[in-house]
Amino acid sequence: METLEQIKARLEAALPSAKIEIVANECAAGERSLLVDAASGFAVAKFLRDDAQLKLDYCSNVTGVDWPDKELTEKIKVKQVVDGVEKEVEEVKKTLRPGFLEVVYHLYSMGLKHGPVVLRMRTENRADKTHLPSLTPLWRGAEFQEREVYDLYGVIFDGHPDLRRILMWDEFVGFPMRRDYVAPDDFEYEPTPHDEVLVEAKKHYPAEPKAEVKP
Amino acid sequence: MNVLATPPKNFEVKPKLDAKGEELGELLEVSMGPHHPSTHGVFRMDVVLDGEKVVKLKPVFGYLHRNHEKIGENISYLANMPYTDRLDYFCSMTNNWAYALTIEKLAGLAVPERAEHIRVIMAELTRLQNHTCLIGFFVQDMGALGTPMMYAFREREKILDLFEEVSGARMMCNYMRFGGVRVDVNDEWIARTKKVVADYSKFLDEFGTFLTENEIVLARTQFVGVLPKDLAVSASITGPMLRAAGVNYDLRKVDKYGIYSRFNFQVPVGEHGDIYDRYMIRVLEMRESIKILEQALRDIPAGSVMDPKAKLRGFRPKAGEVYGRVEGPKGELGFYVISDGSPNPYRYRVRPPSFINLTILEDICLGHNISDAVVILGSVDIVLGEVDR
Repeated sequence: METLEQIKARLEAALPSAKIEIVANECAAGERSLLVDAASGFAVAKFLRDDAQLKLDYCSNVTGVDWPDKELTEKIKVKQVVDGVEKEVEEVKKTLRPGFLEVVYHLYSMGLKHGPVVLRMRTENRADKTHLPSLTPLWRGAEFQEREVYDLYGVIFDGHPDLRRILMWDEFVGFPMRRDYVAPDDFEYEPTPHDEVLVEAKKHYPAEPKAEVKP
Repeated sequence: MNVLATPPKNFEVKPKLDAKGEELGELLEVSMGPHHPSTHGVFRMDVVLDGEKVVKLKPVFGYLHRNHEKIGENISYLANMPYTDRLDYFCSMTNNWAYALTIEKLAGLAVPERAEHIRVIMAELTRLQNHTCLIGFFVQDMGALGTPMMYAFREREKILDLFEEVSGARMMCNYMRFGGVRVDVNDEWIARTKKVVADYSKFLDEFGTFLTENEIVLARTQFVGVLPKDLAVSASITGPMLRAAGVNYDLRKVDKYGIYSRFNFQVPVGEHGDIYDRYMIRVLEMRESIKILEQALRDIPAGSVMDPKAKLRGFRPKAGEVYGRVEGPKGELGFYVISDGSPNPYRYRVRPPSFINLTILEDICLGHNISDAVVILGSVDIVLGEVDR
């Protein structure tokens, strides 16, 4: 199979508007991946599927990944004048990387028996702009997996034929696979509450009726 | 929190009309499951019937959902190994292997020769017992209650005895480790395995004489639930179901993981993609598994079963991400792990074959009788521990 650089060059030639990056992977045996912007994600995926040399007709795995806001620290050397002498001082620069949700597709070819090409797409943020194009019209196998990513991470796939919750029930609120998800305290379901569970459980008990105060 | 059972939202049940636009009769909406005996666990199918014909079928999952992936992200790499047993509880050995293979790829660990052979032996024994049980179940779905399944379970128990002897458990084996396997097998065990494998062909012959040309089996399975080749590829179907549809794609040949490149075996491929082909593929695959087992048991070398460099406690692989996959009895079982250098994975994902194989359940059931839908579901081969995770 072609290298990722060759695939990227051909993609950029075919789709000039697409923004494509190669994401490094420090682990030796792992595969590097193609990061595509959401707007041209569908066109890139279609190219990968229909291209005669690649023919990635099999979408094996669809994964959601949550990347919350992260503070990145970077050490920079700054020249400062201390007591009249110019010195190099190390300064820690802090930047905030805004959080996003990521969807990773592992694409293989059943006909040519090669792969994988790893395709990733990122949402703008984790709160209100979590839309990504659905690749279910290209690979039917993504149907249930995209529903699962929607269910557990909250990525909304535009163009999905039947986007509903799949593993959790329809009335469920929240996205349990996100890193900052806090499970509700279902202490009232504990049959015999004790110790700290009892303390928590008491919050759910109805208030004790107050004794009448006689004048 | 009060949880109410509500029907899925995208349902529209409309009465059927004749040519003049007059109502003929009502469609019947049936909720099959989650405690229906033919759904192989807590699986539900919302079926709309026109008479006995299926006009709409929506699978409903989640009754066994425990967020296996979240559990995996909150415990160490090694502590997750016993949890993988519970995914597809028929095939804990292949689940263990897939997970160990992924982490070995992530951390760059080698596996000793003897351990590689033991892994192949365990995986193929798992395939034998999974396919045998499946055929037992699915004959039961067609109405042959009891006897065929007991025949299948009798053979399965012989294999589970072998698993129990080495790992201490019949089904939840927790046997593989990163860089090898947990305990070595002895010569007596190998001799007993050889005997079980040698007797297995005889059992398959016997089972085959009852089923392969059985009139009822032929009538119920041929040209029922046909899965076209291009739909199978597009819908990411894997395993025996894909090969029954006529696509030659077996990861043991494509990826050649482990030491599969050394063994002489063939990949059976079907023609029609119907239930009968799926049954036949499994029978033929068992014959090939026996071939692999004979070669692996013959060639198994002496030596250690663990990579001495592998460190199980305080295991912290370098940052990176990896996708590893094996050919499980039900299809491609994959694990996707992102490491950030800490003792537990940042992201841990299972690619469950039987969950994804259900994508086309509606497509292949439409137009068939409800009794056929039961057999079609049986031929997909699902295990709810893996579907719901």
